[in-house]
Amino acid sequence: MKRGEVQVPMQRGSADVVAELDDLRVWFPTSAGVVRAVDGVSLQVRRGETLGLVGESGSGKSTTGLALLRLVDPTTGSVRVAGQDVTGWSRRQLRALRRRVAMVFQDPQASLDPRRTVGSSIAEPLIVHRLVDSSAARRRRVEELLDAVGLRRDLADRHPHELSGGQRQRVGIARALAGEPDLIVLDEPIASLDLSVQAQIMNLLRGLQRDLGLTYLFIAHDLAAVEHMSDRMAVMYLGRIVESGTPAQIWREPAHPYTAALLSAIPVADPQVERERRRVILSGDIPSPVDPPSGCRFRTRCPQARPDCAETDPALVEVAAGHRAACLYAGEAVRAMRVS
Amino acid sequence: MSAPTVSPSEGQLRRAASALRHDPLALTGAAVLVLLVVVGVAGPWLAPSGINDVDVDRMLQAPSWAHPFGTDELGRDVLSRVMVAARVSLQVGAVSVGIALLAGVTLGLFAGYYRGWVDNLLMRCMDVLFAFPVLLLAVAIVAVLGPGLLTAMIAIGVVYTPIFARVTRAGVLSVREQVFVRAAVSIGASDLRIMRRHVLPNIAAPLIVQTSLSLAFAILSEAALSFLGLGVQPPAPAWGRMLYDGRGFVTDAWWLGVFPGAAIFCTVLAFNLVGDALRDVLDPRQLTVNEARRSTG
Repeated sequence: MKRGEVQVPMQRGSADVVAELDDLRVWFPTSAGVVRAVDGVSLQVRRGETLGLVGESGSGKSTTGLALLRLVDPTTGSVRVAGQDVTGWSRRQLRALRRRVAMVFQDPQASLDPRRTVGSSIAEPLIVHRLVDSSAARRRRVEELLDAVGLRRDLADRHPHELSGGQRQRVGIARALAGEPDLIVLDEPIASLDLSVQAQIMNLLRGLQRDLGLTYLFIAHDLAAVEHMSDRMAVMYLGRIVESGTPAQIWREPAHPYTAALLSAIPVADPQVERERRRVILSGDIPSPVDPPSGCRFRTRCPQARPDCAETDPALVEVAAGHRAACLYAGEAVRAMRVS
Repeated sequence: MSAPTVSPSEGQLRRAASALRHDPLALTGAAVLVLLVVVGVAGPWLAPSGINDVDVDRMLQAPSWAHPFGTDELGRDVLSRVMVAARVSLQVGAVSVGIALLAGVTLGLFAGYYRGWVDNLLMRCMDVLFAFPVLLLAVAIVAVLGPGLLTAMIAIGVVYTPIFARVTRAGVLSVREQVFVRAAVSIGASDLRIMRRHVLPNIAAPLIVQTSLSLAFAILSEAALSFLGLGVQPPAPAWGRMLYDGRGFVTDAWWLGVFPGAAIFCTVLAFNLVGDALRDVLDPRQLTVNEARRSTG
């Protein structure tokens, strides 16, 4: 089987790489067959950056995030965090890992225990990892964290159902910050929030990153949000990364037809432009991850698919410095889409 | 809105309490239980005469002002004995349901949380216990351990363990799929911590209901065991034992059977009334119906 990514010389396990996935596969056996949720993903998250991961539902982006906390077990491939290979770690070791990597969940209501106060939810990492030695110190730390995420201190004694959606997500972020993790996996942190609140939460996340030097893996299906948040981004389709690069590269010069189609689905605010621009309409749904198409996985929906796309599984290759795409006709196919 | 969990929030518990206050049946049941606890605790001091004051001059007297519940074949005051026996019933209820709660909840938590072979092993054992008729199993256990109050309590506790294990497991199976449990795992919390701090509080409602209903059944089971001579040993008073002792005089001295029987009846009814009312307000489906009514009405 082909490697999902061409190995370029890189500083493996070096200090500025916080977390790294190498040819990760996560397959789930189901009654319908083996679901290949993640099927050969390699990525690196560097200290202080935001890596955006974008894709449709079912693309495997959330599973990729869960794999970084080892909340799902890799079928093959490896997971490295802070230079250590955590792939084979025991349950006990993994509990310590989960102080290094924290997670913010999509639905802030569901991710907070309804029976516990906001303060005790935020304090849980402090207790679990014995980071404070007195209840007074715990209280102080919780207040610091509430301040950091812009919540009033007296909300510590409230229950989640007394808070708004945005406030709850701030609580989720405060809890993720509590253990001072090296990496925070943000799994669709804004998807279930109102539009106005989405912007506030994104600004909060960026502010915290600037002030505390945080590292994010930002998972979303919203291309615009990923572009706004990320230093680098990767586009996933059916368990693979199909394109990666800086948001500017991908936004201006998408090299993979799938990325181009996603971008063209974003409406333009100018009605004149909106009426006249060409949109790429993808037909059909994302194929079943139980039985992915042969060759290029996107060929069944690709407007530029050619005969050899069914034969060859394209590797991620560099199309520009730091910009990679997994398409046999990278760039060319997208240009053809514009012309046609 | 997220999907309703099996558990009520704090607000729901508070609403449950206020709903109970407006339910006359539940209120009556609660009043009887309060009376029972008072009598159970202070019975020996409140009783008009000693429980073992034998007086052959006044044996088998019908209820009168001096002896409201009459006297038995040894001239003992039935009211006093019924009052003191309340303590035995409460003790049996509390201890045996305590045993069942502790054992059943622990087993149910592990079975539901770990699933797989742990679940299979534990729940099949529970099924075996569950397959026996309650009283038959209790009698068998007492027969092995020897009769007496303590063994009766242990036997009843064992008999009611599977119910708590099942109720707990059912709750755990739905709560463990909640995102907040995954969030606790992602923080690095241990399994024991997650079970104790996150799962258990969220399945409290069905357990509270089951506890109140089981108290009634435990008291009834103790009465049956005592009736069979396997529970409290004479001369100590117990309702079931008093029924047994009075059965020979049922045509001549109805009060020997009626008053202890009425005590059992009232106690069991009271626990059931309160239990049913709790179920009505704490049951999630019931609750959503009530809420729907409130929001439309």
